[in-house]
Amino acid sequence: MSMPFYVAPEQQMKDRADFARKGIARGRSVVVLRYADGIVFVAENRSQALHKVSEIYDRIGFAAVGRYNEFENLRTAGIRYADLRGYSYDRTDVTGRGLANAYAQLLGTIFSSGGEKPYEVEIVVAELGATPELDQIYRLTYDGSVADEDAYAVMGGSAEAITEAVRRGYRRDLDLAAAVQLAVRALSSDGGPNATPRELGAGALEVAILDRTRPLPRKFRRVKGAWLTELLTAAPESVGIAEPEAEPGPDGG
Amino acid sequence: MTERLTALPPAFLQAGTSSFTDFAAAVAPNVLPGARAESPGASVADLAPHGTTIVAATFPGGVVVAGDRRATMGNMIAQRDIEKVYPADEYSIIGIAGSAGLAVEMVRLFQLELEHYEKIEGAPLSLVGKANRLATMIRQNLGMALQGFVVVPLFAGWDLARQEGRIFSYDATGGRYEEQAFFSVGSGSVFARGSLKKLYRPDLTATEAATAVIQALYDASDDDSATGGPDLTRRIFPIVMTATADGVTRSSDEAVAAIVDRVVAARMRRPDGPGAPLL
Repeated sequence: MSMPFYVAPEQQMKDRADFARKGIARGRSVVVLRYADGIVFVAENRSQALHKVSEIYDRIGFAAVGRYNEFENLRTAGIRYADLRGYSYDRTDVTGRGLANAYAQLLGTIFSSGGEKPYEVEIVVAELGATPELDQIYRLTYDGSVADEDAYAVMGGSAEAITEAVRRGYRRDLDLAAAVQLAVRALSSDGGPNATPRELGAGALEVAILDRTRPLPRKFRRVKGAWLTELLTAAPESVGIAEPEAEPGPDGG
Repeated sequence: MTERLTALPPAFLQAGTSSFTDFAAAVAPNVLPGARAESPGASVADLAPHGTTIVAATFPGGVVVAGDRRATMGNMIAQRDIEKVYPADEYSIIGIAGSAGLAVEMVRLFQLELEHYEKIEGAPLSLVGKANRLATMIRQNLGMALQGFVVVPLFAGWDLARQEGRIFSYDATGGRYEEQAFFSVGSGSVFARGSLKKLYRPDLTATEAATAVIQALYDASDDDSATGGPDLTRRIFPIVMTATADGVTRSSDEAVAAIVDRVVAARMRRPDGPGAPLL
């Protein structure tokens, strides 16, 4: 093999970042936001089987955009990390911060190592705190940098247009229906403020919550079927819509 | 091991097993109970306390499991309010008799195993799948069992596919047996089973089934010194859990106390419990 050409480190990093960014921008978006009783994840996802949002631990949820096999690997690693840690110490010793750090180390190492291509993913690790003030939303990018988001995070696709739409409608005390409707409105207006919003029904959405009002230790629940339809059609700004108690199937756990 | 708990080494990213035990055995075997040092030779069973009697009974619409609260070490009472019945997951219950320390740890690992599978696969195991998984874990404990640290669980749950409550029993080698209607394990199980034989009917309601298993535990404690009866002065009563289509619920202390008080009041008149017709 001949001697490789010299490439300046700045250029090398920029090329790798561009590569990762392009991959991420191709996919549909995910919105994660805090609402009155916890944290809600809303993803545009037409598949019922391949999840973009999932449960990591009692109070920790995971959302991702980008290349499926890569974030699926990260999700599995996160569950293993959390379960091993919780089993070795105690369930309360598994924290979102620890997991975000582990992900950041991994993504950063892969990004700056010359051998592997960078991961084309962006992920959110969200943790429900003991009180609403302690809720955390960590957004991690392909290069391992971590942003601690205050109220909401948007990833993938046309993230900028969607972020703008969320910013305009967001309030800290939104109830679940209002929060889901805001996220769906934002996802459907990804063409920018001047384009006609797309139609997004329950079949095109993957919704899950970390629900502070749930009595069981595992706070993660998927919102689907009749419950999701009800949330999408609820009168705007109606505060305190009753959540149906019956869970549609065992996957809700 | 510590560095394995703070970072994500390559093994964490490999596709493959949905089993927590298999994964932990590969990356951190020292956290698992089976990998601990085994002392050769004589039985050392008296080192650790023993939990005693667990009773389970099915009824139309679910299955109820109850356990007494006593742990013993030889002739001593090691603990009078130990908990030996746990929810394994949303739809199943595990009760444990035998060496208490190992049993409690086995429950913890089993609960995690079910949760881990459900999270990775996105769907829970079938009830029989859960029962088989538990059999494997008991088999892995065989080395300890041979030294006297036997763990004998009773597993019961609501079968979502068949829409009925089912009970599984085990032996120390990991043999799994499905039981019909009712079953009991532990030192007082012989008396409890005899009692349930006379009390059990297939058309019991949930409350009647709970009453029947509490009667059975009373009879077990009547004849077996290692099984604790209802502690009326301290108000320590059996743990009663029910698995139905709505999931696992633990009966509140008040609900159990109400049943126990009625059982005890009736035994004041007839200490041997309700009589069955001769024919």
